[in-house]
Amino acid sequence: MSDLKSTGPQTMDAPTPEDALHEAKALNAEDHRDASGRLVTADGRSLKSSLNRALRLQKARAMMLIAPLLIFVLVTFIAPIASMLFRSVENEIVANTLPLTTDRLESWDATQGELPPEAVFQDLFFDLFLAAEAKEHTKLGTRLNYESTGVSSLFRQSGRRLDDIGEAYQDPLEDLNEAWKEGAVWFELMSGQGQTSDGVVTNQIDRFNKLTSSNLRGDIGFAPSEEIAALLPKTTRAYTAWAVFTVFEDEDVVAAEDPWEAVYAALALDLQSPGAADRIAAYDGPQAELLQEAAANLEILPEADFTAAFLDIDEDWGDINRWETFQVYSPKYTDGYFLNSVDLQKTPDGFEARPENERIYITLFQRTIFMSLVITGSCILLGYPVAWILANLPTRTANLLMILVLLPFWTSLLVRTSAWKVMLQQQGVINDVLVWLGLVGDGSRLVMINNQFGTIVAMTHILLPFMILPMYSVMQTIQPSYLRAAKSLGATNWTAFWRVYFPQSVPGIGAGSILVFILSIGYYITPEIVGGTKGVFISNRIAYHISSSLNWGLAAALGTILFVVVLVLYWAYDKIVGIDNVKLG
Amino acid sequence: MKRTKLLLATSVLTAVGGISFAASHSEMEACEDCANDMTLVSWGGAYQASQTKAYAEPYMEMFPEVSVAWDESSAEAVAKLRAMNEAGNVTWDLVDVVASDAIRLCDEGLAMEIDPDEDLAAAPDGTSAEDDFGDLLVSDCFIPQIVYSTTFGYRTDLVPDGVEPPSDICSVFDLETYPGKRSLEKRPINNMEWALLCDGVAKEDVYDVLETDEGQEQALAKLDTIKDQVVWWSAGADTPQLLADGEVFMGSTYNGRLFSVIEEQDQPVAMMWDAQVFDLDGWIIPEGLPEDRLNRVKHFVKFATDTQRLADQAKYISYGPARESSAPLVGQHAELGIEMGPHMPTDPANATNTFLYNYEWWADYRDDIDAKFQAWLAQ
Repeated sequence: MSDLKSTGPQTMDAPTPEDALHEAKALNAEDHRDASGRLVTADGRSLKSSLNRALRLQKARAMMLIAPLLIFVLVTFIAPIASMLFRSVENEIVANTLPLTTDRLESWDATQGELPPEAVFQDLFFDLFLAAEAKEHTKLGTRLNYESTGVSSLFRQSGRRLDDIGEAYQDPLEDLNEAWKEGAVWFELMSGQGQTSDGVVTNQIDRFNKLTSSNLRGDIGFAPSEEIAALLPKTTRAYTAWAVFTVFEDEDVVAAEDPWEAVYAALALDLQSPGAADRIAAYDGPQAELLQEAAANLEILPEADFTAAFLDIDEDWGDINRWETFQVYSPKYTDGYFLNSVDLQKTPDGFEARPENERIYITLFQRTIFMSLVITGSCILLGYPVAWILANLPTRTANLLMILVLLPFWTSLLVRTSAWKVMLQQQGVINDVLVWLGLVGDGSRLVMINNQFGTIVAMTHILLPFMILPMYSVMQTIQPSYLRAAKSLGATNWTAFWRVYFPQSVPGIGAGSILVFILSIGYYITPEIVGGTKGVFISNRIAYHISSSLNWGLAAALGTILFVVVLVLYWAYDKIVGIDNVKLG
Repeated sequence: MKRTKLLLATSVLTAVGGISFAASHSEMEACEDCANDMTLVSWGGAYQASQTKAYAEPYMEMFPEVSVAWDESSAEAVAKLRAMNEAGNVTWDLVDVVASDAIRLCDEGLAMEIDPDEDLAAAPDGTSAEDDFGDLLVSDCFIPQIVYSTTFGYRTDLVPDGVEPPSDICSVFDLETYPGKRSLEKRPINNMEWALLCDGVAKEDVYDVLETDEGQEQALAKLDTIKDQVVWWSAGADTPQLLADGEVFMGSTYNGRLFSVIEEQDQPVAMMWDAQVFDLDGWIIPEGLPEDRLNRVKHFVKFATDTQRLADQAKYISYGPARESSAPLVGQHAELGIEMGPHMPTDPANATNTFLYNYEWWADYRDDIDAKFQAWLAQ
């Protein structure tokens, strides 16, 4: 019947597309047209728009029906995965933690072979001081340690000793005049008089929010005057940063607290800047005498040399390679993780191959794909006869055997994998039987686990039901009469199977293969347990970076690549076999 | 079946023991403004059981209003805490982690800094907690509980005839005298150090050598000599299983696991303590707990890490208490009745040659060396 239909609609009595065309032509002949000649409906609208409207309504109704599911999938599945994968390019932590330093480092040329200028070290001090107070500097240390070994402890140790740098300026100032110890005096000095400069405060609040990934707003009870901001720019910045921190983090009142050591260092830098003495002498705001006294006694303050101070904490700060890393990883987005996941590394002028003894990911990707194909192949070989038997037995017997196929499904994955350990290991069941039969000597027991063989065997067993079930449901729909017909026409058993039965079962093989291949490409528990060193997959490295090394960016990049590889293979499969040729039943 | 009985017997014993603790510790003040639910995170298995018996049950005996839930997630604690922190919903109150993880959690701002003298109980003789724990306070966030070691066990029945049982770390690399497979952990930590020690590097130079590319290659080259005889493990239970099945001749694992293979399961296995690597395990309090939960946790921690409690834990598992003042109080195993002292990694007879794990160093070099180690494994 269905075959008849395809031989040609013009021979049929039922309505055909042609009929509709004829009707449309007939319509044209009548007067359902507007002035410009477009088709219109009875209410005078154009046919096209009213048809569109009806379709839109229908679509909207259909969308509303699936909306709950769609929203559920979006919120609980797509969005988390997308945000996780986004980490593979995200790199804001560097610029958020060291905003001043990264800005200034942009113009530094690493190829000159010289350390960044003193100004960069000064910025680094103020950036790192705030970050250390907020305990964010170690996070950045961990992040940069992935790129340059040793940054982690460099940041941790430097964070502890930043106070010393500031104290070198704080102590002489306080010795000069006790008033510098007073939080209230500082508050009065920095508040100044006249027009306030609110921009500085907003900037520092933004910076604080970025640094601590929070979203705090509000009045901090302090704003520097414009006059002071122009007179003492660095001090204003450092004091405001401290004030924001004091209010938001410590929840204290600015006027009642003494500022950080970093504020004294900033004041010293402002006092030492060229021309500062004249401007300060002309200043007449609150606490002007205190400021003028300090400006007049400049010789008590040590010469500003932050480069030396940092080198004193750790000589690693003098390593140009470190600064190169900071510069290369300053931008908010980076392709560094993706380069790492294909065994390349980022350098100031592009990228280069990693040293040979650190290359691993390409090998793992290749191995994962190769072994997944082998597992899929062995599942087809083992599953096909089973599915065939199931499909050709009487229903009662078939159901019983079906339970045997499904039984492993109801057992924990770990139990099944561990059972394979007992079976395959050198003192295991299979080896014992072989030795008992005298097939292998006691001293030369077979190595069947902790290698690729173990992974392939265990995973084939675990994934076999995913192959058998779609094959079985497709084979059930193949009429046994076709085979009988082929044989009655003179085909041998093999020809009947190969020319008649097999082509009809291909959609089942296709569905099973896609299921098994995609499942196995992302497997990691079984390879971890029985794979040893040569039988592990890329997913084992992803799991390692998620849970052990905490390098989520790299894990996300590896995951994205794996995802893309699967999509490409799926596309290739569609081109070669055709996705219409896949049936789950 | 046998194990179930043992467990039953133990819990009865503990219940009896618990009452006596309660009597002796009635001076502990009640907790004010405290939540009554606590979620503790630990490693599961025998270790978590020892914590339940030594800390949690006596505490609940004294404060029946408190209920404790356990989560066996310590192995993924760092990743999970980071995820919880990012989601802004920390559901754990107290987390058991190894020292290196505590350092990382502290670095990431995921663990709370503690003040040992204020947050922890002083020793009975008045020694401050800071002095009592001493050098073991390796991070500002870390509250040490036990000292454990990663060391080797070997099959006594597989030692070749006429050969002395192995007593030197370098017998791991000596395939001629001691043929057979070895099991080593599938990560560079410890293995690299042992390889260098057996390649003629002096103990105090190990980390200096390992810092250089040549040193790392030297260590891998040494490991290369036994590579095809090594089964690599990733779970602490692997080596005990491999030893019990006779799959390997010798293997590294945590000393408590070997204790259970030798003493509880009675397998023909013996310890080789040479060059055992000490490590620490302890608590951290997650950052960002609400006031009432924090109060409860601090109250519990003060109790659970006092001198007596730490000594009590050693009744159930062969890990050494982290307080100096607890050492003399270590007694007999609660079920087997054997003296626990000689099974402690810190016992002088076992600790003639020990190796100190360098936390700070590994925090820096872990990623770099791990990349090389994994590439080497995959070759």
